[in-house]
Amino acid sequence: MITLGEGLWDTLVEALERRLEKGAAFFRGGRAALDVGSRSLDEAQIRRVRDLLARYGVDLWAVRGTAEATIVATVRSGLSPLLDPEGMTSRTEPAGEREGTPAPPAGGLVVERTVRSGQRIEHPGDVIVIGDVHAGAEIIAGRHVIVWGKLHGVVHAGALGDESAVVCALDLAPTQLRIADHIARSPEERRRRPVPEMARVHRGRIEAVPWPHR
Amino acid sequence: MSARVVTITSGKGGVGKTTVTANLGVALAMRGQRVVTIDADIGLRNLDVMLGLENRIVYDLVDVVEGRCRLRQALVRDKRLQELYLLPAAQTRDKSALRAEDMVRVCDELRESFDFLLVDSPAGIEQGFRNAVAPADEVLIVTNPEVAAVRDADRVIGLIEAEGKGPARLIINRLKPELVRRGEMLDMEAVLELLAIDLIGIIPEDETVIMAANTGRPVAFADNSPAGRSFHQIARRLMGEEVPFAPLKEPGFLERLFRWMRSEGEEQR
Repeated sequence: MITLGEGLWDTLVEALERRLEKGAAFFRGGRAALDVGSRSLDEAQIRRVRDLLARYGVDLWAVRGTAEATIVATVRSGLSPLLDPEGMTSRTEPAGEREGTPAPPAGGLVVERTVRSGQRIEHPGDVIVIGDVHAGAEIIAGRHVIVWGKLHGVVHAGALGDESAVVCALDLAPTQLRIADHIARSPEERRRRPVPEMARVHRGRIEAVPWPHR
Repeated sequence: MSARVVTITSGKGGVGKTTVTANLGVALAMRGQRVVTIDADIGLRNLDVMLGLENRIVYDLVDVVEGRCRLRQALVRDKRLQELYLLPAAQTRDKSALRAEDMVRVCDELRESFDFLLVDSPAGIEQGFRNAVAPADEVLIVTNPEVAAVRDADRVIGLIEAEGKGPARLIINRLKPELVRRGEMLDMEAVLELLAIDLIGIIPEDETVIMAANTGRPVAFADNSPAGRSFHQIARRLMGEEVPFAPLKEPGFLERLFRWMRSEGEEQR
């Protein structure tokens, strides 16, 4: 994790470069996440750091920031936005063991594009995708996930343990669907005419019902 | 006049990037365009072999970047087409011998004297891929109608969009109409539905492509093969022409009957 604190952005990036230069052999081949706190970054700034790190053989994979502009720019740059450390950075730990986690902040992240294979979107609140989520993509949300399009990737709603979270999609056919610590797969056979559906936890199991539900 | 830099990439290996680059180079040059094909696959070069120019290489891309020769000295002129050149990759080095800025600088230097610079990208999504995409004005993605190749293409399309180099256009290579008809291969619609990008060409499976690659004479030199014709269509589309997509499916019985009746009717008139 690389933390860029207060100060002028250009100065910070230059300082980072000097450190990389000194320890070039140590950094080579590593993966890094960038912590920018509440600073608001645009795509060009994120790309500059990524390219700088790439020159020293370091693969930047994620940016942690609280500013909305930073999160949007991160997603647009094809990197993963990260949440705060107490959140869901560790995915190996089952969500159920984290009961008592304070309720995630409300608020949604709207993603207005196709989410493609290898892209991962993490957000503590709701995630709304206006577009398709392709197989190989991942959406992880603290609360609901709504996809106005096809949902073919992996989706995890209520990832902090919220069993009341739902997943809605115009074509709900995820590779894997998780709500809190429940896991389900889509039926093997594909339907010819997809209908909008909503997945939720009902009596301890994930079930899909037509959306809107009558 | 400034050249357009077109990078040909795929994610997955073995789908036909180099074949496409060589054939598009030939097709564009036959249509009067001044073309340089650039092999960005440092350490695993193949483009020279496919173009039959291997034994003419003196200097390569890494020699240019490291200042051992001038750019012009490294360009290998095709033995058949006056306006087709190859900028070969180094075979004895690897991807770390090149940086993205180097590719941008080399392409910028070539832009003034040519119409098209075709960059043959290595497989993968690492530094070699980033080097190949860095100078691109536009990107062509090659895929085969197979789920694994389409998945990798999707990944690469996402990376290209993130670079601000999109929208990329798609080439579906090695489509077997017979298998599609039997429902055993993804068809064009299924691939486009999965990837949601524009198509620039479909190349049918054609064994003359393999024979041509081995003899260093790309099929696009003769447009009597199905694949050769497809490459010329893509070249025309790159040059901005509207070329309709020919249906790959053979017409069914009813359709043939209709056509026959229509042609009969026209003859009577």
